[in-house]
Amino acid sequence: MSAFLEIRGLSAVLRGTDLRLLRSVDIDVPVGTVRGLVGESGAGKSMIGRAVLGVLPRAVEIVEGEILLDGRDLLAMPPVARRRLIGARTAMIPQDPLTALNPSRRIGRQITDRLVDILGWEPARARSRTLEMLAEVRIPEPERVLRLYPHELSGGMRQRILIASAFVAEPELIVADEPTTALDVTVQKQILGLISELQARHGTALLFVTHDLGVVAKICDSLSVLYAGKVVEDTTVARFFEAPAHPYSAALLAATPRHTDPASSLKPVPPAVMHAVGAEIAAADRSWRPRHG
Amino acid sequence: MARIFALRLLTTLVTLLGVAVIVFVVIRVVPGDPIAMMLPPGATEADIARLRTLYGLDKSIGGQFVIWFGNVLQGDFGSSITARQPVLTLVLGRLPATLELSLLALLMAVLIGGTLGVTGTRLRGTRAEAGIDVANGIGLSVPDFLWGLALIVLFGVVWPLFPISGRVSPRLELPFSTNFYLIESILRLRFDLTRNLLAHMLMPALALALPLAAIISQLLKQSLKETVNLDYAVLARTRGYSERHVILSEALPNAALPTLTLIGVQFTFLMGGTIIIERLFSYEGLGNMAIDAVITRDLPLIQGIVLLFALLFTLVNLVVDMAYVLLNPKLRHA
Amino acid sequence: MLDGRGALRRRAGLRLWLSAGWQAVVMLAALFAPWLAPHDPLAQDLMLGRLPPFWLPGTEPGYWLGTDSLGRDVLSRLIHGARVALIVALVAGTATCLIGSTLGLIAGFYRGWTDRIIGRLVDIWMAFPPVLFAILLIAVLGTGLSSVVIAIIVIDWTRFCRVVRAEALNQSQMDYVHSARVAGFSRPRTLMAEILPNVLPVIVALLTLEMGIAVIVEAILSFVNLSVSTDRPTWGGMIAEGRIAIHHVWWVLAFPLAALFLTVLSFAQLGEGLRDRFDPVLR
Repeated sequence: MSAFLEIRGLSAVLRGTDLRLLRSVDIDVPVGTVRGLVGESGAGKSMIGRAVLGVLPRAVEIVEGEILLDGRDLLAMPPVARRRLIGARTAMIPQDPLTALNPSRRIGRQITDRLVDILGWEPARARSRTLEMLAEVRIPEPERVLRLYPHELSGGMRQRILIASAFVAEPELIVADEPTTALDVTVQKQILGLISELQARHGTALLFVTHDLGVVAKICDSLSVLYAGKVVEDTTVARFFEAPAHPYSAALLAATPRHTDPASSLKPVPPAVMHAVGAEIAAADRSWRPRHG
Repeated sequence: MARIFALRLLTTLVTLLGVAVIVFVVIRVVPGDPIAMMLPPGATEADIARLRTLYGLDKSIGGQFVIWFGNVLQGDFGSSITARQPVLTLVLGRLPATLELSLLALLMAVLIGGTLGVTGTRLRGTRAEAGIDVANGIGLSVPDFLWGLALIVLFGVVWPLFPISGRVSPRLELPFSTNFYLIESILRLRFDLTRNLLAHMLMPALALALPLAAIISQLLKQSLKETVNLDYAVLARTRGYSERHVILSEALPNAALPTLTLIGVQFTFLMGGTIIIERLFSYEGLGNMAIDAVITRDLPLIQGIVLLFALLFTLVNLVVDMAYVLLNPKLRHA
Repeated sequence: MLDGRGALRRRAGLRLWLSAGWQAVVMLAALFAPWLAPHDPLAQDLMLGRLPPFWLPGTEPGYWLGTDSLGRDVLSRLIHGARVALIVALVAGTATCLIGSTLGLIAGFYRGWTDRIIGRLVDIWMAFPPVLFAILLIAVLGTGLSSVVIAIIVIDWTRFCRVVRAEALNQSQMDYVHSARVAGFSRPRTLMAEILPNVLPVIVALLTLEMGIAVIVEAILSFVNLSVSTDRPTWGGMIAEGRIAIHHVWWVLAFPLAALFLTVLSFAQLGEGLRDRFDPVLR
């Protein structure tokens, strides 16, 4: 059986230039599994998540490739149909809970409006389902919280609300874009546990964007390592931590802080590795011609 | 919140007192004796002395101010020299015309500026947006006086679509019992008169509206463009909402706040513009009356009009500040 | 996208040159009016009244832009009118700038009670409609060029004061100002040597804007016949004459209106261009 999300040969450039931002990216996320997307900042992790959800910045232009959601190519669909499909079957957990809730609207409407407007639910059903979901993410007094404004809640509470909002309509795929980065360390653990628990219970496929290999180890089944917009390694979590295949992956793993062996952690990526991976990308670029650029 | 309001009210009162002092000083240092101008030729010394006592001009400057300010507080602005009627009656008679013109202009500015701001945001990065930017730049730097003249030449002479003088056609029978002609014509369902009034008001109102529309458009577009890239707007797009919905329902309520505060301050500038625009279009409002009063040196009338404008301006600013506190959910609970 | 920015810059440069070009035309007209004007701007000739501009039928050779109801040459009056406009722009604009900026600098840098008094004065000033205030002042002071200049200063100093105060306040909280003070420089020296140069781009931009506004205020005062004496041609005065006889001699209004439009736009463009060029951050 094919994956719920399949990205095939996706390339993107900075609009109006030849500067490549994504280089023939292939990624699969099978039903009910968690795929980690790791790399340094600027490697294009978030951009892939945004491409899947159809919310790339205007400056980024996709020049070739396919994004198949349940077998249908999003890039070949008319915009309105694509928006509907993404809205109905996917969801997003954003990075910063402080800016991801509209400050001028009450929490309740921010979750239920879309169930009614876009998915066509009865308002009463949307409300009872939302209350159920808020209880599931362990928000106390959900009835009261529905009437609050975002600024009346803490960052951790807001992230719980965003998680509840992502799972509320039972999407088949959720893109989580560094959902714990903006939080305190203690809150990070709880939120990560919560996402993992909900993912397992609802059987949701998850594309998890992060720069933290510790997070990958806890939550993911498989992962893709990105460097300069190119997937340099696509492997399972077990195999990756045992023996990374690509030198860059190995260097990345070595650079991750470890409690067990503080002395060997936080090594910078060796220059030779950087040089080699740079040469690899340059070679790939030479043979690449955009189909319609 | 009550504390914020109380403090704001206090500064408003201080401002109004300052306004009164300045009006008093400017009017009383007029070269020439104000009494001499009020009297018919051939008045006797005794007449002059009697009037001096009547107006309190025999007292010290401080004493004069106290008497004058006391009268002003009671709504007694004296009598117009030329019209020989109480200033308050004259001024309140003209106020509705000016208010109707200003509010229509404000409405037009918000509609034009809001539409351009939202359209510019939807079309961001295109040539259409660049065109809106150029229009904004011109609208910002050309004042209402020049827009009024340009409209007179364009739609009064070259392509005569609208009347260029007056508030309403003089031949018409007016059944109105107040001076709020436009509002009353609508309430009385006399839409023939509404049409006639609007035709007269359209060009002066547009002249007043254009600079403000440019400011609104520019500021609104700027804050909308910042807001539509925030995470909650992106999130709304992933949920299946259209770009139009994202701009109007998610971004606009948040982006509108700075624009709203600005509209408040700018509205007083717009009202200040009515003075010359009313003159330009021979529109019978306060501004036209003010210029006549200056030309005929009708000091009590000038004084009344200046004080009324100052009071209106300060009240508008007060209301805007309070609305800002009420509209901002973060301040509402402070 | 990067190319677009380059085109934008070039277009901004073009606008700056066009603006400077128009300013040069106005300045030359003002300086050499008696030599440039084809006719005496005050000479009336009722036989030559209401002549249309050159492209319309019924013109008289030599009267390029037509004549007004009294037979005065519109082009000559336009050229002579540039004199009052230019004097008001330079004198009133500069004086308003000096006074308003000084008060703004003092309020923003010294803060405390000076700031509170100046701030309250600005509040009070904002409660007056500027045009009405100006007209009232002329009524009190009497007409004439110096009254016009004084009226413009009195109504418009707040524009500089508000902006410059905010900017000076901003700058005075920067680290380089603290270090100047710690290094033992006096407050006036810190103000002049550290703060003023950083506020200057804003002041220059406001100054050119103010020159355009001063020209408009003078035109408005001339329009209501409260500026210089009527035997001196002004653009506002011509507009007033043209407005009265708009259906017969629209060109008497249209040409000075066009001159005002171009003058105001060019001052605004110049201000924007100068600000961009002098702003150390943008440069």
